[in-house]
Amino acid sequence: MSEENNILVKLNNVGLLQNHKWLVKGVSLTVKKGQIVTLIGPNGSGKSTTAKIAIGIHKNIEGKVEKFTNKIGYVPQKISIDWTLPLRVNDFMVLTENLSDEAINEALSLTGAEHLKNKSLGNLSGGEFQRVLLARAISKKPELLVLDEPVQGVDFTGEIALYKLIKEISEKLNCGILLISHDLHTVMSATDFVLCLNGHVCCSGTPKDVAMNNEYKVLFGEQASQTLSIYEHKHDHTHSDDGEIKKN
Amino acid sequence: MFDDFFIRALVAGIGVAFVTGPLGCFVVWRRLSYFGDTLAHSALLGVTMALAFEINIAISIFIISSVIAIILVKLEKNTNLPGDALLGLLAHSALAVGLVVIGFLSFIRFDVMGLLFGDILAVNVDDLIIIWGGGAIILIVLKLIWKPLFASTVNYELAEAEGLNPDRAKAIFIILMAAIIAISIKIVGLLLITGMLIIPTAMARNLSDTPRKMVVYSILGGLLSVLIGLFSSLEFNTPSGPSIIAAALFLFIISLFKIKQTIQLKN
Repeated sequence: MSEENNILVKLNNVGLLQNHKWLVKGVSLTVKKGQIVTLIGPNGSGKSTTAKIAIGIHKNIEGKVEKFTNKIGYVPQKISIDWTLPLRVNDFMVLTENLSDEAINEALSLTGAEHLKNKSLGNLSGGEFQRVLLARAISKKPELLVLDEPVQGVDFTGEIALYKLIKEISEKLNCGILLISHDLHTVMSATDFVLCLNGHVCCSGTPKDVAMNNEYKVLFGEQASQTLSIYEHKHDHTHSDDGEIKKN
Repeated sequence: MFDDFFIRALVAGIGVAFVTGPLGCFVVWRRLSYFGDTLAHSALLGVTMALAFEINIAISIFIISSVIAIILVKLEKNTNLPGDALLGLLAHSALAVGLVVIGFLSFIRFDVMGLLFGDILAVNVDDLIIIWGGGAIILIVLKLIWKPLFASTVNYELAEAEGLNPDRAKAIFIILMAAIIAISIKIVGLLLITGMLIIPTAMARNLSDTPRKMVVYSILGGLLSVLIGLFSSLEFNTPSGPSIIAAALFLFIISLFKIKQTIQLKN
């Protein structure tokens, strides 16, 4: 298969202007089959916005999005379920696609949530709910998985297991994954490509490249890059409070 | 079989209950009860149009309610007014304009009470065809858009991200709302239609732990309300539309005791 056919989604210089403020600007990225692309950056840097642009939730955007798949599994960062709606985990699993009982069980047991199957969604803890969200996203065997902080609220051992699972899924299903994560260790160990955002693309490349990048250090502090970075280069810009670039 | 006015009333009420059950669930889940009210109020304008131009009342209501729904959606996008203010604006304007137009139609004998509170005992065979035919179409369309509509009711972004086109499902659902109001106005009247949509559903919510159960109980609740309401209106000579809604309220109150029991069982 040629390189081109492996591309699942391609963002070309996209941006989103909302209430006279750019939430993100000038972001380009591609996610290919079998690849894990991670977005990192401080709060409000446009990570979730970029993910939502990639899957077509934000529509009035600058730039161009090309999607080459419709089989998408999405784990949003925030989800609120209205309790006027009685919903069990089992009903939630088949929300966007009908699945066999085996497929539901398999996905739930992969994320360690099989015992929750008949529980009401309203009675789950934050971490349990997160496991169910991830199970739902992978159960339909998507070609593109978009995971917006998929392990928030999950306990420490569970977190490691779930990140391992995410890595396994990308290999097993040969799907592309667009991941948003705060866990820099995971980002560094399991990711193929990292974009560091702060309203714009600060730096990007392999985890190693990014860790050595000076802007990454400015954003995350010296410690974050110590493990991998041995190299330092000259500052060419700094950031104002709203993430705009200030040239030195 | 349809010679007897009471049999016709029963058949009409049962037909409406089958449709208001599932639609009512979405009205409750999506918090659309005031939206339903607004469409129902605008139905008065639809009736006057039907009388003025001598077209079928149900079709006329359907058209006017759909137009009001579209205006509402446009206004929501293009003004800074909150949704409930817009709903009130449209509901009362449509009601007022409807009543003003009735004033001009003084040459027509007109039963305003029947329009407001329903006149199920005057249902004729044509009405039955509209209720059952229209109701079947509404249910088939609802079945077709069920997946995207339900998914976007739970979470819009999930439905949008995973390619279900929730905006289209929502637009179709609004048209279905206009349609149910058009076919059920003769049964409970325009002031009580929303009650028929939400009271059996509210009862069903108290008894259900899955969406499917809630739809089924909502239909059963509507059917029971129609039966109890109609027979008691025959027995006690009470107005039939309000009797049906009162019966629904009665069932809702009973369902509250069921909740209390389950809570006690859990403890």
